[in-house]
Amino acid sequence: MRVTYPHMGHMWICIKGMLEYLGVDVVIPPPSSKKTMQLGVKHSPEFACMPLKLNLGNFMEASQMGADTVVMAGGCGPCRFGYYAQVEHAILNDLGYQYQLVVLEPPQKHITELIGKIRYITQNRSWFKVIKGIRLGYLKASAVDKVEQRAYYSRPRELRPGATEQAVKKALAKIVAARTPEEMPAALDAALEIMNGVAVDQHRPVVRIGLVGEIFTLLEPFANMEIERKLGNMGVEVDRSIHLSEWINDHLFMGLIKNERSSKPAQEKGLAYLGHTVGGHGLETVGSTILYAEQGFDGVIQLLPFTCMPEIVAQSILPQVSSDLGIPVMTLIVDEQSGDAGMITRLEAFVDLLTMRGDTPQLKGRNFGVKECPQRIKKEIREGTA
Amino acid sequence: MISQKTTRGLLDKGLKSTVDEACLPVKLAVGHVLDLRDRVDYLFLPRIVSTARKEYICPKFLGFPDMVRHTINNLPPIIDCNFNLYHKGSSSADFYFQVGKFFTRNPAKIIMAYNASKAALDKHNLDMQSDCLPQEHAAEGSADSNGINIAVIGHPYVIYDNYISMNMIKRLRDSGARVLTADHLPESVVREEAYRLPKKLFWTINQRMVGAAYHYFSREDVHGIIHVASFGCGPDSFTGELTERCARNGSNKPMLSLTVDEHTGEAGMVTRLEAFLDMVRWRRNMADAAATL
Repeated sequence: MRVTYPHMGHMWICIKGMLEYLGVDVVIPPPSSKKTMQLGVKHSPEFACMPLKLNLGNFMEASQMGADTVVMAGGCGPCRFGYYAQVEHAILNDLGYQYQLVVLEPPQKHITELIGKIRYITQNRSWFKVIKGIRLGYLKASAVDKVEQRAYYSRPRELRPGATEQAVKKALAKIVAARTPEEMPAALDAALEIMNGVAVDQHRPVVRIGLVGEIFTLLEPFANMEIERKLGNMGVEVDRSIHLSEWINDHLFMGLIKNERSSKPAQEKGLAYLGHTVGGHGLETVGSTILYAEQGFDGVIQLLPFTCMPEIVAQSILPQVSSDLGIPVMTLIVDEQSGDAGMITRLEAFVDLLTMRGDTPQLKGRNFGVKECPQRIKKEIREGTA
Repeated sequence: MISQKTTRGLLDKGLKSTVDEACLPVKLAVGHVLDLRDRVDYLFLPRIVSTARKEYICPKFLGFPDMVRHTINNLPPIIDCNFNLYHKGSSSADFYFQVGKFFTRNPAKIIMAYNASKAALDKHNLDMQSDCLPQEHAAEGSADSNGINIAVIGHPYVIYDNYISMNMIKRLRDSGARVLTADHLPESVVREEAYRLPKKLFWTINQRMVGAAYHYFSREDVHGIIHVASFGCGPDSFTGELTERCARNGSNKPMLSLTVDEHTGEAGMVTRLEAFLDMVRWRRNMADAAATL
């Protein structure tokens, strides 16, 4: 049995650690790319949301690398994600891929369904070991999130361009290398040390933007066209409303681990505008926007894949939040047609607007990243990334 | 007072006040709200969360009252009680009493009103199962046993709306076809068929659509199936795919997949329907000819 799973940002680090600790043979699909997207788009329903198309592409690429079992998460609606695994499996079957499908989701009838699935993947390893494995996965997710948060801080302030990017790579490698829960604290320390080693100008004025929206587009750099890096290079400190470790803690551990970031406050805030949860992260999107406004952020960007249902509800409400609380909100919708240059233009315009609003006087007159931009686009076109 | 029938103007109004990405039915519903806005004292816009245990309608239904409240100005007060049967032990009576309290304090009156509406609904369901369409009664349904039978699968608010479906049902009938929809089947049949899916669908309306499609695919006397999806509808993108795969693998019945949006042209629709009907008739004649050999 060779197990594969779809990409969602750095999630692979956490699941790889967990499964390998349990002695499962893991195949990690190549990072999502244009090719992945093309494969997925070709075979998925036209109006399905983008994560499904990328998932499908991931599975097809992993199959070429010898994977024969798919592990997916599921759900019980009303977001379409709850039915992803079944639709993807039907498509793969019709295409002739021989995949065994294991969906980890809240059981429909009895808890034994879920237990049976876990035992199948872990090949009947002891529950003690399984729990330790899950703990390792969580520790890794939380370590990755800490590294990313440091990167948000240092990216707009770095003295040598590109230093943060290199540091992130090195730090993540440390986290990937840890094989047991016991090694994790040391790995985390080493990773954070690398991140702290990035030389920064602490007094440089920066624009602060909160990123809200749908979890996949927020977490997966290919889907959001590396919005965090792009904004960072324009001199923007970002903060993302959803982190993987927080999601695991809230949804899988039911908030067992205290004193960690949680989506609870966002949900409570969101109720003022949206009277009921709408599935996905619709309510959190509204709530996080309110929280960012209260924390004095300069602006908020909402990210969603085209036709995402919960986020469309949130999108209809955000203009009202924006005008009530006086925080600029921009909505970016991504799909297989999105282009890099269009994204950069919009981000620049938005950042310029925030700069000129004058809420932060020391920012006035600074030219954020606009000058170096044409060269960067040219470079990216040369490298074939644009 | 209820809103008028859908017209171009009404849809246009809706389009202007909704985010571009919303699906056609939401835009249309906003248009209807705008139509009512200046004519009423209260707007009855319930939040239909769930009409069956462990099922939802769709995220946009869940958020619709809020979407309307935050995009349209000068609204009359909205009656947006939650209709929610998702959890075990939840009861629809809560909803009726909540709504009833807006009008009267007398619980007996609320119960009487509920009974009256329940009776009307039951009659409607019976009418539907005996082959007629909304706002028709059993006697009017014209069953032509010699014609062809076409199943139309789609959200009720799309296929029964004469404007956005461009009179599809009437057109089919005029050209001699008998039209069947999910509502012509008893609830139990539809649910049973839908259980053939690998996992229970958590969208009630789409579960009905898939169940009905599966049922009609396996029925001898149905000659063709038309799947009507609206642009931007999330659940449709999945169930349409599942239905299509069923048509391809498990059946030899022709299926036409139509997507409607605010730009759909009438001529394009008519051409496709005519071509589809011709094809269905032609196949049927072939089958008849083969049977007599």
